Amino acid sequence: MKTMEVRLNVNGEAKQWTVAPGDLLLDVLRREGYFGVKRGCEAGECGACTVLLGGKPINSCLMFAAQAEGAEVLTIEGVAHGDALDRLQEAFLDHGAVQCGFCTPAMILNAKALLDRKPHPSEEEVREALAGTFCRCTGYQKPVEAVLAAARGLAR
Amino acid sequence: MNLPRAIVGQNVRKVEGVKLVTGGPAFTDDIQLPGLLYGKILPSPYAHARIKRIDTRKAKALPGVHAVLTYKDVPRVPHTTAGQAWPEPSPYDTYLLDNKVRFVGDRVAAVAAESRAIAEKALRLIEVEYDVLPAVLGIEEAMAPGAAVIHDEPDSKGIYDASRNIAGYILRGIGDVDEGFRESDRIFEREYRTQRQQHCAIEPHITISWLDGDGRLVIRTSSQVPFHSRRQVAMILQIPVSRIHVIKPRMGGGFGGKQEMLLEDICGALALAARRPVKIEYTREEEFYMARTRHPQILRMKMGVKRDGTILASQLTVVATTGAYGSHSTTVQGNTGSKVLPLYRAEHMRFECHVVYTNTPVAGAFRGYGCPQGFFAQETLVDEIANELGVDPLEFHRQNVIRLGDIDRLSAQLGEGKEGLPRHIRSCSLPECIDRAAAAIGFAGKLKAPPSAGHLKRGVGMACTMQGSGIAGVDWASAFLKMNEDGSFFLQVGAADVGGGADTVLSQIAAETLGVSLDKIVITSGDTDTTPFDVGAYASSTTIISGGAVKKAAEKVREQVLRMAAKMLDAPVENLACGDNRVSAVGGPKKSATMTEIALHSMYKEKTQIMDGASHFNTDSPPPFCATFAEVEVDTETGKVRVLHMATAVDPGVAINPAQAEGQVEGAVAQGIGYALTEELVLDDAGRPMNPNFLDYKILGSKDMPKLTTILVETDEPLGPYGAKSISEVPINGPAPAIANAIFHAIGVRFRKLPIRPEDVLSALREKGNGADD
Repeated sequence: MKTMEVRLNVNGEAKQWTVAPGDLLLDVLRREGYFGVKRGCEAGECGACTVLLGGKPINSCLMFAAQAEGAEVLTIEGVAHGDALDRLQEAFLDHGAVQCGFCTPAMILNAKALLDRKPHPSEEEVREALAGTFCRCTGYQKPVEAVLAAARGLAR
Repeated sequence: MNLPRAIVGQNVRKVEGVKLVTGGPAFTDDIQLPGLLYGKILPSPYAHARIKRIDTRKAKALPGVHAVLTYKDVPRVPHTTAGQAWPEPSPYDTYLLDNKVRFVGDRVAAVAAESRAIAEKALRLIEVEYDVLPAVLGIEEAMAPGAAVIHDEPDSKGIYDASRNIAGYILRGIGDVDEGFRESDRIFEREYRTQRQQHCAIEPHITISWLDGDGRLVIRTSSQVPFHSRRQVAMILQIPVSRIHVIKPRMGGGFGGKQEMLLEDICGALALAARRPVKIEYTREEEFYMARTRHPQILRMKMGVKRDGTILASQLTVVATTGAYGSHSTTVQGNTGSKVLPLYRAEHMRFECHVVYTNTPVAGAFRGYGCPQGFFAQETLVDEIANELGVDPLEFHRQNVIRLGDIDRLSAQLGEGKEGLPRHIRSCSLPECIDRAAAAIGFAGKLKAPPSAGHLKRGVGMACTMQGSGIAGVDWASAFLKMNEDGSFFLQVGAADVGGGADTVLSQIAAETLGVSLDKIVITSGDTDTTPFDVGAYASSTTIISGGAVKKAAEKVREQVLRMAAKMLDAPVENLACGDNRVSAVGGPKKSATMTEIALHSMYKEKTQIMDGASHFNTDSPPPFCATFAEVEVDTETGKVRVLHMATAVDPGVAINPAQAEGQVEGAVAQGIGYALTEELVLDDAGRPMNPNFLDYKILGSKDMPKLTTILVETDEPLGPYGAKSISEVPINGPAPAIANAIFHAIGVRFRKLPIRPEDVLSALREKGNGADD
């Protein structure tokens, strides 16, 4: 099988991986041990495979790994600050926003992209930011509350 | 000697929460195994066909293919895939692989190969010649004379009448409904229809299987029923239970869809054939039609009432389809009667149900387990009756609902596929639930408000519902605890956290009982080698049944801890109490020992491991109660129904973790709104799924949700650990009828079929001659 080299930065670390041209970014990230990137539909519909690419949320199931050449990728594994959880992670725990936890990484990454861009979002903006991630457990109530609470914390 | 509750009733963080918010390995697929093969199932393209010829030679010859299985290669053992206690009350009508296929998506063959691409290519190389048979797709066709017989095989067992496609039949009642209807001033009778809803857990079904160093079959699987799966796989693959190790890692949602032995058998068979680890993970499309759905039903509901609004008699006649196989067939439908009709105190009740086979995707367990269908019929009819009689629906409900001290006698008639046990109502806050949820939505005022002008019409509606907490006399669980040198405890439970937070709740119960902080409890759950038995996560049983086992085990261990401390402190046991990670003397002179000191003393001085286990079951299933109120806005120009506000008040007994309990309600309401308005797996006239993806099958997203008000009206249930009952299922029952009733209030049209789509609303409005310019 034909392979190629892809160089990218994942969670602040430079990586060079050998991939096949048709490998999805989702599959390569999971293969490399980034288990926080989830497979839910492989069609860009559920959002469970969300990662931030240059700070923007994308569905890693809709992108070839090769297309990430030179990119900065952030997965949920890179969100905490060393041993200290990010405020969003703390808020998700404190507000009971995690049920099964399968969509949680995607929710947090989408929320992070929003807060990085807009530190004081309205509830509507939070709902818009989470709209790309399906959650079948929470009804979105507590995740939305968690993001708003984290934003209030950030503003302090 | 209990101190006030320190941990039960607190919104503690999820015990495995940090792992989940940081993306740590938690789920079935979060593991890398050398030599892992990819398993794929060849689905039937036909709804009903016999396999005339199947040739796998080309597939087997493809480089990278390590196993190809058809019905010729595997034992033929009739079984059910329903994850239920032995002996399962579902018919044994399913085979690992068969020479006949009974729905589009049924298993034809399975392969294991070095990559997914090779596995998919191998499937295409399997040559199959089908003898296509007439298919039975509609519920009404199934029992008709001359209908194709779906289960004509001689070796299936437990089918009620295979020749008429009847998987199960139920006829039960109390009193004499005919007499009740004679005594009634008014009789109301209507027909309702419900659809095929899919669970849509965001983690699809996934199983990884391999042989360990001792040649035992390991099955790592996203399952609500690890122990039932072990027993069933042993039977199907004809290997001893002791040679199978089922591991349930974290589950990415289940909602009943994983109360099923769905991939474990075929994945295990492939691993045995290939002698390599094999993973089968459903794609989203496969998940929609090759997993399970809610049972579609046609319900005929009849109620007789006195002029003053007293319900005298209720009768529910149902025809449901279980799809091609009878998984959970009579039990789901039994619930449609036993958990729905007794909400009202009618003297006379009758429930009759035919569960029929059709050549459609298989139905199974789904949150609510037959109740959403039944309550949709009952609560819409009750609203209609109140309206016809000119009685306030709040008053009508208050007057008729079951109350504290009542005995539900229908449940004694209708158990888990057999006679059951009567339900005694020992805790009930339903009247307060009704009052508080009604107030939250402003029901009384909005009900009397004049209709809004223009094309946007608002309305309010309500529904009352109940469920169970475990299956009386059937569900049981066990737990084991042992103490470590640092004063911590390992808690081992067979229970399977579906995602709702059972591991946390069970840890809270253990910590509370032992008087230690939550971080001193380290829980392992759902591993058939290392944890004791549990029937699994279903029937809203985990908190009350598994929690009951944990409490019993913890009480036994606490007794050992106190006896050990009594020796150390030279104090009488009855003067000692656990709390704050230590044992302290109460009353007499101030003395105490930390749990660490007690553990070290026990282990290294007394040479004794403090440890114990316990089993638990109940002979009753205390119902949680729920009042659901909806406010909607109907656009008479587009037919779109927008839900503005859902207020849900629930009696869960004591909420061990209130935030988690609220989360259960919110998630159930979201699924309930989908059931009411958007969700339906649609089949074409050949039985093929038309919308097996998230674009065409609409589950609610964050922007689709209305305002939610969630109220817990706690009671103290004598049969539950620390007074707990259950909460995860009951709130899914109310949204569909509450929304349907609110739509009636808004536009004066009754909808008796789910989902209520914009096109249905528009055509109903047109029929009513009450169009957009009204």
